Amino acid sequence: MRFAVTVEVTGLEGISDPEGQTIERVLPSLGFAGIEQVRVGKLVSFELAAAGEEEARRVAEELCHRLLANPVMEKASVRLAPVRENA
Amino acid sequence: MSRLAVVVFPGSNCEHDVVAALERVGIEASLVWHQQDSLGQVDGIVLPGGFAHGDYLRPGAIARFSPVMTAVAEMARQGGPVVGICNGFQVLTEAGLLEGALRPNAGRRFICRDVTCEVRSIDSPLTVDCERGERLVLPINHNEGNFTCDEKTTRRLFEREQVVLTYTDNPNGSVGDIAGICNEGRNVVGLMPHPERASDALLGSADGLSLLSSLASFLVGKRAGRPAAARSAS
Repeated sequence: MRFAVTVEVTGLEGISDPEGQTIERVLPSLGFAGIEQVRVGKLVSFELAAAGEEEARRVAEELCHRLLANPVMEKASVRLAPVRENA
Repeated sequence: MSRLAVVVFPGSNCEHDVVAALERVGIEASLVWHQQDSLGQVDGIVLPGGFAHGDYLRPGAIARFSPVMTAVAEMARQGGPVVGICNGFQVLTEAGLLEGALRPNAGRRFICRDVTCEVRSIDSPLTVDCERGERLVLPINHNEGNFTCDEKTTRRLFEREQVVLTYTDNPNGSVGDIAGICNEGRNVVGLMPHPERASDALLGSADGLSLLSSLASFLVGKRAGRPAAARSAS
């Protein structure tokens, strides 16, 4: 089976995000009100071959742990869905 | 004469400056491509500045998987000096050979200017010939120099005097004004400022020579059988 995997990498809670803060500061001048807690992160997507969803998730999470996110400053969340094999 | 390996990753750009500056203090250095997994007979390793693998994902995130990093980790384990300058510091943190991480500068700007640093520990391969409290003018040249770790780790780094250099006027948001640290074994050291770019008065400062000649002394001491730990205890 193939899975479409999306990994979101964001800064750990409590770690400042100057990029998010800068975006948030400019919002009132564009007429957007009531938007808070803007955080900027990174999105990594890929396709993964695995026997099943459990294995796909395990491999994707190991990849996050070893490469895609640095646990000192970042956290990663994994979303995945089977890829439809179209004839 | 001591021999050092200076590792070249795709995107490194300070390797020749490092070799030239090391020669000034009597250290023979040769360039080593990152695909090499063994370094032969060398007394220590320098990871120079630059943008290894384009800094893709995070600075150092890809470089840490290069074959040469096995030899770097082995040198670190054996107590030989391993020095990471700027991007090299980032590689060492990503590889887990030094604690913490280097995030984008607090002001979101690339910073390229001279800063004043204070020597906080003289028990490291780069500071054995310095005096505690000595101030050095050194250039920084980075986008991700904002040293980060949790509060507990910060406290421990200061308590164990693993903080080697601090900024007198924090340019990038680093916790505790940290500009350079060493590992617990005190043989692996990483710093964001570039000592090789301050190795001649013509370059604006020769203060980097204090750090590089310390490395030369450290190598001689090590070869005479006086590991850093024994030296600090005496």
